[in-house]
Amino acid sequence: MTVLGAARGRGHADTAARRRTWITRPGTYLVILFVLAITLVPMLYLILSGFRTTGQLGSNPNGLPHPWVWSNYASILESAVFWQAVLNSAIIAVVATALAMVLGSMAAFALSRYAFRGRDGLFLLFTAGLLFPLNTAALPLFLMLQKIGMNDNLLGVALPEAAFSLPVTIVILRPFMRAIPGELEDAATVDGATRIRFFVRILLPLSRPALITVGILAFVTSWNTYLLPLIVLSTPSHFTLPLAVAMFQSQYSTDTARVFAYTALSMLPALSIFVFAQRYLVGGLVGAIRG
Amino acid sequence: MARAESTQDRGAARLAAGPEIISGPAAAGAPPKQRSARRKRIELAILLGPPLILFIGFVFVPMIFAIWYSLYNWNGYGPLSDFIGLQNYQGVVTGSVFHQALLHNIIIAVLSVVIQLPISIGLALLLNRRMRGQTALRLAVFTPYVLSQATSAVMWSMLLSHGGPVDSLLKSVGLAALIHFWLASTSLVLYTLFFVVTWQFIGFGIVLLLAGLQGIPPELREAAAIDGASSWQITRRIMLPLLSPTIRIWIFLAVIGSLQLFDIVWIMTLGGPANASQTMLTYLYFNGAERTQFGYGATVSVVLFIISFVFALAYQRYALRRDTAGAVTRAVG
Repeated sequence: MTVLGAARGRGHADTAARRRTWITRPGTYLVILFVLAITLVPMLYLILSGFRTTGQLGSNPNGLPHPWVWSNYASILESAVFWQAVLNSAIIAVVATALAMVLGSMAAFALSRYAFRGRDGLFLLFTAGLLFPLNTAALPLFLMLQKIGMNDNLLGVALPEAAFSLPVTIVILRPFMRAIPGELEDAATVDGATRIRFFVRILLPLSRPALITVGILAFVTSWNTYLLPLIVLSTPSHFTLPLAVAMFQSQYSTDTARVFAYTALSMLPALSIFVFAQRYLVGGLVGAIRG
Repeated sequence: MARAESTQDRGAARLAAGPEIISGPAAAGAPPKQRSARRKRIELAILLGPPLILFIGFVFVPMIFAIWYSLYNWNGYGPLSDFIGLQNYQGVVTGSVFHQALLHNIIIAVLSVVIQLPISIGLALLLNRRMRGQTALRLAVFTPYVLSQATSAVMWSMLLSHGGPVDSLLKSVGLAALIHFWLASTSLVLYTLFFVVTWQFIGFGIVLLLAGLQGIPPELREAAAIDGASSWQITRRIMLPLLSPTIRIWIFLAVIGSLQLFDIVWIMTLGGPANASQTMLTYLYFNGAERTQFGYGATVSVVLFIISFVFALAYQRYALRRDTAGAVTRAVG
């Protein structure tokens, strides 16, 4: 499912149909230029504006930084509040991802390579979770967490996020584990391995590509979640990055350049994950939807 | 994570102890088949127990809480004692602000299908053609999708602020007449928000459609071209019909997403001005969390869940019926 790179291997499709086309070349490039401008220019503008002072922004909103000012970025990178938010987001995302991967692969293993009564029903139960977005459950989750004393607690955000990541994890992993030939399992059994041992030593390593996809999906989803932490976390030192960005904007609304810099910095983690992992992320998202 | 590990350890310990426990009945003459059946049951319990506990505990139990709290008038203080039956539901279903919010969700969903979908299909067809820098282009289009909605919302509220960068750009290219109160005008705000939603999510839809296009065998197009079909005919008569399962999934995801709209709206407008951009979730958050009317908020959660679920079932029944592809489809089968 490498959608982004798939064009390379398809040179043979260069037929008459491709050359004689109802969209003309210059038209194509114009449209693409327009799309690129709308997509990328706002982000570039944001990053560049972080290098200006609010005064510069006021006098010449659409010019380049002159002179380049580093103090906005520097002051944010030196502030403990920013790093605390990054750390909180990282803790929640790591716990949620690890839980979703470990428990999701266990469930996917049982649902793919064991025959037992009620298996299809259980799979259906997990996939029903796909129809139930985390946002709908945020307030009910808050009420439950309050009841069990897990409010304003990073785990109180991470555990629900892991639970809501399980359906996608299982939906992606199950067909993958199913496709691994049964002979391999038989051979392992002959060699005296238990099924659990086969799972840990053979099946999991073989499922690595799917596991990476699932892990990145869970991580990025957790990293970007806004409503659940907004309801559950009340102490500012527990805030995640999306909460911190929104709070920073309302606190420093007059210092526009600083808000630009803060927002630009908060984009970096997600963007760098994306650059390193785009193959898995895009393939995984599409795979998750198409089964 | 600690929880998962300790469960696994316990599982391993139980497995290690397994043969000894099992040797009892085996010695008493139990057939080996029975022994392995018991072993299988233990393994299944170890493998499925923890995920099921997490899933049911944090996905289904909260919904039970919501239904329970929705029957009470409760503001977060003191015991849950003011049982009011279905009054909260009556309040939600007959409330004019909720009606407005629901209408806004529906408008966003309709706009997605009417405006975003044709644009996405067109761009997917474009990006499906061989050209230089194709991979980079697809990446660029997809990029906004990986940002958090909170980040995009803050970014766009700065860009669209009155007299901000967008306004001054319009002025500098001589389009000052187009300048509006993007976020402060009750008649415009919903469409401004729709633009931001489109900016963030269109890339994902395009990549989804691209995957669908690549599932169409090139031989079909080649055969049609040999038979003298024009490029437009091939697109219209071959590509689009074969793309329709993907389009139906696209619509499903877009509508479910529109019903769940919150982050961008809350950060950019708080549902205002004067409720002009209120969605069901901003309404829920405002009444349930900000005003701590938890009973009422829980009721909105239940109503929102019912609306999403009914849509999912109906869509599955009438639109996705013919498709075999997709876990989303199978999930409600």
